[in-house]
Amino acid sequence: MTPEGGSIQVVIELLYLIASVLFILSLKWMSSPTTARHGIWAGEAGMVLAIGGTLLNHGMDYRLIATALVLGTIIGVPLGRVAMTAVPQRTALSHAFGALCVTLVGSAEFYLRSPNISRFMMAVLSLEVILGGLTVTGSLMAAGKLQEVLPQRPLTYKGQNFVNFLLLLGALAIAITLVLHPESRSLFPFMILIALAFGVLLIIPIGGADMPTVISLLNGYAGLSAAAMGFVLNSKLLIIAGALDGSSGLILSIIMSKAMNRSFTNVLFGAFGQVQISAAAGEEARPVRSATPEEAAAILSAANRVIVVPGYGMAVAQAQHKVRELYDALTKRGVDVRFAIHPVAGRMPGHMNVLLAEADIPYDRLIEMEEINGDFPQTDVALVIGANDVTNPAARSDASSPIYGMPILDVDKAHTVMVIKRSMNPGFAGIDNPLYYLDNTLMLFGDAKAFVGSIVRELGGGHS
Amino acid sequence: MNSSSTLINALFIFVLAGFIGFEVIRRVSPLLHTPLMSLTNALDAIAVVGAIVLVGEHKSHLSTVFGFIAVVAATSNIVGGFVITDRMLKMFKSSRPQNPAAKSAAK
Repeated sequence: MTPEGGSIQVVIELLYLIASVLFILSLKWMSSPTTARHGIWAGEAGMVLAIGGTLLNHGMDYRLIATALVLGTIIGVPLGRVAMTAVPQRTALSHAFGALCVTLVGSAEFYLRSPNISRFMMAVLSLEVILGGLTVTGSLMAAGKLQEVLPQRPLTYKGQNFVNFLLLLGALAIAITLVLHPESRSLFPFMILIALAFGVLLIIPIGGADMPTVISLLNGYAGLSAAAMGFVLNSKLLIIAGALDGSSGLILSIIMSKAMNRSFTNVLFGAFGQVQISAAAGEEARPVRSATPEEAAAILSAANRVIVVPGYGMAVAQAQHKVRELYDALTKRGVDVRFAIHPVAGRMPGHMNVLLAEADIPYDRLIEMEEINGDFPQTDVALVIGANDVTNPAARSDASSPIYGMPILDVDKAHTVMVIKRSMNPGFAGIDNPLYYLDNTLMLFGDAKAFVGSIVRELGGGHS
Repeated sequence: MNSSSTLINALFIFVLAGFIGFEVIRRVSPLLHTPLMSLTNALDAIAVVGAIVLVGEHKSHLSTVFGFIAVVAATSNIVGGFVITDRMLKMFKSSRPQNPAAKSAAK
């Protein structure tokens, strides 16, 4: 290396160091909504420094790089401008893109280096492309299910875990062979193919309710594969970014699996979607009490404290803006309205918060489960909109229930519970909800958006 | 540098960065879990630097093609990730009165 080339390398490394610090600050500033936007600026600055530094390398084909960067930007801008309701599938798609990048770079490095590749390097490279490959197809499957281009129902068959296990074993066997004989280049594509197939099979048994966990987990895999790529390329920046992303995904997976009362290992090895469908259809029709929008409006306006419990149904019905009108109308009458957010409400971590924030509901009204659960007994009305399993008291009391032990929002302890629901059909997991038959529960049958709209009209607010 | 000391260095960095990640991300408000995920996604796309080198060095046809697709995929994550995270964070408003002057001063 010439002395000049050496000093440029030092400059590049220093730029990478600054970028790493900016990335860490970026995540640190995400701790609160007041500083979070600084986090974006730090992240963007770090990214610009890192890419700029990389371009300082000598003898690059700048025209080709620029073309790729422009093309990526053209694809990226619309992906950044999707509707807020489409954020879960956009997130899944971006996990797929990130993993695609890692898998392609890993494969290219293999063909450039093999057979002169150390055993350790080959092992890490295998880890990189296996994790990357399964994340590509897994995330595409998840995005397809969320976008409803693929059937959302979990698909299970006998021996599913066994088949998955065999596939994984096959991929590992090839990886070990390659570690011992890095010259067997013809085996490499098979390892990738198995990883891709594994990703598809991993997501087939996943239903909508498991999506928050699955998306977090895929996020973690994408991060770990990027860290592995950092080992292969000996890039400290990439190792740091991958470790940050990986730990973020794993932390979110742990939070999500706790909120669904699943063990983390159970989730990690893809044994989700195992909630058995109980025989809900055959049960005798128990009486429920229902109410009209007028009655609901009268009860709400007489209340002092109201807690709204949103769920995926609110997102499906696009009811968040009507909910905001209800919030305004009640607040104007002096009613204290807050929102109780269950960690797994919706299809990804934090889904409900984003939708309600989009509808201009102040974030200090959005309260986490642990914080608000103690307040339900002093609450006049708990209004459940499109949430089901996260309010099911059977999770506390009925040891035979598939969701027994799952932490829930204690809405049944409120003086009056009102549940907006299309019909008496059980929720996604197919589990009957005893909440609906309680004496203090009123069922409000109808579309969430239309029903909330009628309540708002009764209260004399809003504009429909 | 011999390869085992390179490996040990890399492992040190990985483990320490993992610890920082856990400590920092544990403190992220659950309110912001969705923007957190889109932000880490954008940061993770720093893998683009590896892909840029592949394209730039032009060592083989395969590596150039793979690198090109990889740069496109990662760049779309960077751009899309930052844009949507910014849009989401702009939406989070507090109900506490905040006069516009103080807001712009905070920037």
